[in-house]
Amino acid sequence: MSTNLLALLPEIILTITGVLVMVLEPVIAPGKSRKPLGWLAILGTAASIAATCYQKHVLNTSGVFTAFYSTVQIDAFSVFFHLLIACVVLVTLLASLDYFASPITHAGEYFALVLFGATGMMFMTCSVELLMVFIGLEISSISTYILAGFRKGQATASESSLKYFLLGSFATAFFLYGIALCFGATGSTSIGAIASGLNTTATPTLAILAVAMVLIGLGFKVSAAPFHVWTPDVYQGAPSPVVALMSTAPKAAAFAVLLRFLFNGTPQLRGHWILMVEILAILSMTIGNLGALLQKDVKRLLAYSSIAHAGYLLVAFTGVHKDAVSGALFYTAAYAAMNVGALLVITQISGFDEKLRSIDDFTGVALKRPYLAALLGFFLLSLIGIPFTGGFFGKFYAFSGAIHNGYVGLAIFGLANSGVACYYYLRLLAALYSRPLGDSSAAVLPARTLSVPAAVAVTAAALATLALGVAPNSVLHLVQHSAPETLPAYVVVPAAATVPVATTTAP
Amino acid sequence: MQTALFIIFGIAAIAGALNLLFQHHPINSALSLVVVMMSLAVLYWSLGAEFLAAAQVIVYAGAVMVLFVFVVMLLNAGVEEHTSGSKIAYIAGIPGAAAVFALLAFVFLKNKAALGTTQLGGDLNNVVSNLTEISHTLFTSLLLPFEATSILILVAILGAVVLARKEL
Repeated sequence: MSTNLLALLPEIILTITGVLVMVLEPVIAPGKSRKPLGWLAILGTAASIAATCYQKHVLNTSGVFTAFYSTVQIDAFSVFFHLLIACVVLVTLLASLDYFASPITHAGEYFALVLFGATGMMFMTCSVELLMVFIGLEISSISTYILAGFRKGQATASESSLKYFLLGSFATAFFLYGIALCFGATGSTSIGAIASGLNTTATPTLAILAVAMVLIGLGFKVSAAPFHVWTPDVYQGAPSPVVALMSTAPKAAAFAVLLRFLFNGTPQLRGHWILMVEILAILSMTIGNLGALLQKDVKRLLAYSSIAHAGYLLVAFTGVHKDAVSGALFYTAAYAAMNVGALLVITQISGFDEKLRSIDDFTGVALKRPYLAALLGFFLLSLIGIPFTGGFFGKFYAFSGAIHNGYVGLAIFGLANSGVACYYYLRLLAALYSRPLGDSSAAVLPARTLSVPAAVAVTAAALATLALGVAPNSVLHLVQHSAPETLPAYVVVPAAATVPVATTTAP
Repeated sequence: MQTALFIIFGIAAIAGALNLLFQHHPINSALSLVVVMMSLAVLYWSLGAEFLAAAQVIVYAGAVMVLFVFVVMLLNAGVEEHTSGSKIAYIAGIPGAAAVFALLAFVFLKNKAALGTTQLGGDLNNVVSNLTEISHTLFTSLLLPFEATSILILVAILGAVVLARKEL
């Protein structure tokens, strides 16, 4: 198999499946169930996981390889994120097979958009050329903008979609401007060439500005404060399975880009960007946790919690190189497992109409849906960071990495914030298990049976969270293995030689 | 001559952009956008990017704007309602925009010597077509982004269909 084909195999499979779903959608008579398309999408995602595993096999035998004129680099880092994104997409698809039931006929487009979005995210994680990262970012963003507005009947859905679109485009403009300034400072948009160009650049201030712009753009995407304002409104209005997807997979992809760009592309400016990252982390943790304390709506609460978690993840960035990357990767995996799980359980409990919205509505859910309530409780404990859950080790590696590098104050601040976070997670947990008043919504909740694919999906997320908390070694081994490959690329990849250098503007 | 062109079309671009914002009727705004696009095309050309200038005229000022005007006319959009706008937008937005502008201006002026200068229209003398260079880059080192853009466009079309289709 040619290198070019092998490097993009997961993306190609996802794209072809997406196109197939799109083409087959009109073939199915209107009003009929779109479930077969969902199964096709699931099959495609599973195939892309298999393709990624094959890439890993090739990686183990013949080492890191690049394709398409060094636009794409397949290393343990990209394989890790490919697997993570594909798994998140897989469980989301499984849990939302029945979500878009009969009266809504565009379930087929939902499956196609999820697949295309996953393609974009995968492009982001394996590209070492910022222009390719940008295209991937746009593909994933535009898919999620549309998915956010999928329940067209509701006013909050249009608000969610439009707000996300406008603010997201604004953020992308910052990211693009950052790329342009990078090109201005170093003469290239390839991450390896940027790193080597920084050694000889005549305009270091321009490079710092470029890093700041990229940080702003990606800060929007991972909803780090102060670029978080869209998050609560968008999460509230978007359908729950879409929130499960977009609060984990695109964020993981954006963090992957951030890690590659900061640690690989601009290691020389570490002194400058670490300060910016620190400010973002402190603000995100504080605003996320304090904001969540005030929320009554469960999805808004989880939105603020996701802002706080972006802050904890940014704390990991302050570690020494290898610690930082492996800590951040582990946290991304743990966060993805528990957050996707929590939101998929909420999807199953509250259904398409989302009759259950506020924390009070969830009072006594455990009586009617004991299994789902138990799982949600487990995910909430993991979000707090109780031992034997993935959340615990995620925080452990993130904060210990920061402490080892001398950022003790930041770590203590993060721990104090986790303490505050206990309050609102436990409030929801307590509501699940308290006796409902006669007229509460949960009391009239129909005792629906959990469909098999959905049960498999939420159980898989719970098992993943548990596995990360009980036996973190296997994942830890993988993430530590991926850290060295993000060492400054100008040592490893002769990217500067392959990119035709544009004529410099200076006379 | 080049400087005069720069001043005329630079002012035209800014005036067009401001007019776009202040007009109340969508058609007027769309037509102001045409002015901005055309003026930018002239500026690109005077910097020696003749392919970009041509693409700007054909694609943006031509195709995209025709579509814009069509949509505005088909929707029969009237004069927009004017709200007073949110206070935060004025309190935080204007100083924020000014701060970003000041920061950018500061960095560019500080690096003035290192960035160097160019003669307006200087790239137009004994010119080699940059078309070869663009196509070479586009079909070798940037082939993948070029190809992947098709997925991007596909997603956008799919989204338009989803959002515009009537609920059955």
